Amino acid sequence: MATAPPGNLLMTTVERAAKWARTRSMFPATFGLACCAIEMMATGAAHYDLARFGMEVFRASPRQADLMIVAGRVSQKMAPVLRQVYDQMPDPKWVVSMGACASSGGMFNNYALVQGVDQIVPVDIYVPGCPPGPQSLMHGILTLHDKIMSGEIVR
Amino acid sequence: MTDEKTIDTTETETETVDVWVAGTEEPHFQPTTEPDQEIGPDESDERLAQQFGSVVEDDYVFDDEVEDDERMIVNMGPQHPSTHGVLRLQIELEGEIIRRTKPIIGYLHTGMEKTAEQLTFGQGPTNVTRMDYLAPLHCELAYSLAVEKLLDIEVPERASAIRILMTELNRISSHLVALATNGMDIGALSMMLYGFRERESILAFFEKTTGLRMNHNYIRPGGVAADLPAGWKDDVSAILADFPRRLDQYDDLLKENPIWLSRTRGIGVISKEEAVAFSITGPILRATGVDWDLRKAFPYSGIEKYEFDVPLGENGDVYDRYRVRVLEIVESLRIVEQVMDTMPKGDYRVDDRKVTPPPRARIDESMEALIHHFKLFTEGFKIPASETYMAVESPRGELGCYLVSDGQANPYRMHTRAPSFYNLQSLPITMADSLMADTVATIASMDPIMGDVDR
Amino acid sequence: MKPDEIGLESDEIALHSVLEDLDGGFDDVTWSESHGQDIAHVPPETWKTFAEAAKEAGFEVCSDVTAVDWMRQRPQRFEVVANLLSMEHRTRFRMTTGVGREDPTIDSLTPIWPGAGFAEREVYDMFGISFNGHPDLTRILMPDDWEGHPLRKDFGVGSVPVQFKESHKVD
Repeated sequence: MATAPPGNLLMTTVERAAKWARTRSMFPATFGLACCAIEMMATGAAHYDLARFGMEVFRASPRQADLMIVAGRVSQKMAPVLRQVYDQMPDPKWVVSMGACASSGGMFNNYALVQGVDQIVPVDIYVPGCPPGPQSLMHGILTLHDKIMSGEIVR
Repeated sequence: MTDEKTIDTTETETETVDVWVAGTEEPHFQPTTEPDQEIGPDESDERLAQQFGSVVEDDYVFDDEVEDDERMIVNMGPQHPSTHGVLRLQIELEGEIIRRTKPIIGYLHTGMEKTAEQLTFGQGPTNVTRMDYLAPLHCELAYSLAVEKLLDIEVPERASAIRILMTELNRISSHLVALATNGMDIGALSMMLYGFRERESILAFFEKTTGLRMNHNYIRPGGVAADLPAGWKDDVSAILADFPRRLDQYDDLLKENPIWLSRTRGIGVISKEEAVAFSITGPILRATGVDWDLRKAFPYSGIEKYEFDVPLGENGDVYDRYRVRVLEIVESLRIVEQVMDTMPKGDYRVDDRKVTPPPRARIDESMEALIHHFKLFTEGFKIPASETYMAVESPRGELGCYLVSDGQANPYRMHTRAPSFYNLQSLPITMADSLMADTVATIASMDPIMGDVDR
Repeated sequence: MKPDEIGLESDEIALHSVLEDLDGGFDDVTWSESHGQDIAHVPPETWKTFAEAAKEAGFEVCSDVTAVDWMRQRPQRFEVVANLLSMEHRTRFRMTTGVGREDPTIDSLTPIWPGAGFAEREVYDMFGISFNGHPDLTRILMPDDWEGHPLRKDFGVGSVPVQFKESHKVD
């Protein structure tokens, strides 16, 4: 196989560097809704430290965030707010749907909840559990990092 | 149905409650949708050009004068960094002073009361436990007590003692989160890490006993789901041994800290009469000086056997609520220690096979056990038609369950009296005529859990 | 389960002394007892005066206001239930009333106990029962433009049929 021309080599390296920078400094937006929010806070706390992955700073403003962890059940009243916050985030952005209620409506299959947040926003990673423990959430986030680094999720 | 009230701009000393009616916002208040930003009537091309920098002008000169009585409506939430869930506050500001507040809730409404009508009585705890998700065992306890009242059964002493042990530990973990978020919102960021660190040891014990860190589904009608694991005394002793030193650490950090004192003393004050009138219960009521604790007034599940005090405050401000919560942790530690020392032997659930399932090992041996197990988990047990209301003292106040049955295996109506729902009604009173900067401290001290509020 | 079947005159069941005094002023209120808890069955016309008398008698706190939809099981479709608590006398009781199907309306307890404000809004939102004299009767839990009252028995759960998608990883 002939060697790739030097231009492509440079672009590949830049792309790899960009992906590395994006994964190592993802800022989550605070979107804790219900019980999963407590587990998300526990993941950011000292015992299961999210800061070692560069993610301790939970940005309140969606303009400064690139990861939205939808932690908790999304009710009909909250759905437009969720979409608005998602729209306010600049590209590249990713969504992790944390917990059973965010992924599929969970145990509440009724009039009040949106059955799965993927009906409103495109989701990259689903983390199951009710609530998922900090280890599960971290596994989900690290899987997201791997997928970005390997190029499976292209932004 | 809605009475149109005019905007009342005169502040008087009377007790009239100025309730903000929906739809009476000022006429030029236009909601904007991002990213399509609608241009309001006072934004002309010239002003836009100025904002974007194409017209350079002296910033010190403002064309329009701000009138003295001009009030501004600011929307806070439902997504905001103060980690109290999806609470939306519509605040009418005059400068920095809050004149009126309206809490708007419903962003976490899950239809749990409707779901409860579809589930059996045995499945109820899984639903109810997700209401107040920081004190799930209290929700389960209120529900289980109501079901047991309808069934007229008594749980064994060991089951009651286990329930008290778990709920008091849950009170400690819930107050730790309240202290952690309270501290973080006011600025003591390390308090957040300390609070969650202590919580981990309690959650590890819960995981060992119930299988889950949160939303345990452990306290069920008839007793508890499983007995305490072997070696539980060592685990609980380790927790008890660790706590006094940690509480001293929190006191070092906060109790005499001048910044903390100036940010919490005299802030968010509510008086006794207001608290009673607004059906506020729990630490907020006790911080005003009213000695009312359901564990003493209407004891449940054998808690009258244990000695503990009820801490009271004096002024009803944020500082007193913080102190009451810290002292309640101390009292709960006392109760846990007494439970641990006097844990009775016996069954962890009532022996009635029509209510509680048989042990798993028996299913292989006995046909009857298999049938009971099958019927309980598919159909559930039926309760004769009646109604009851049972309340427990959760970390937020009176958590009650009003249960109506009509002879079927599902509740006909299950309603939870959520403490945070009523506590939030005090926000317009405590925040009126206070500064905007104190909003966060006040809300944090109310410790609302939106899962409880919206159900 | 009809209220008149379980409704007893006040001298037939042993009421707390405070409730005895309260009952003295009202002829049309019947009492019953359920698992050790006293229930007052109040006709809708006397709802507000009875509540005011209860407050005078020492029931300073209204713990809860809720409703039950007895669709087709009772002559009055809705039952509004108020749980009252007296810290002074350390006792509780419930007062209930029946509200009909057409134009369900009852007096509001908010002027007496402001704490009932949110609870009555929730009852309006979930059942459609209006409260006369409530300062702000609007939807509280559902979105403002929601149609229907979810906790009524003729409002379905709204469950979505769950489809199990095939997993492409399983052969």
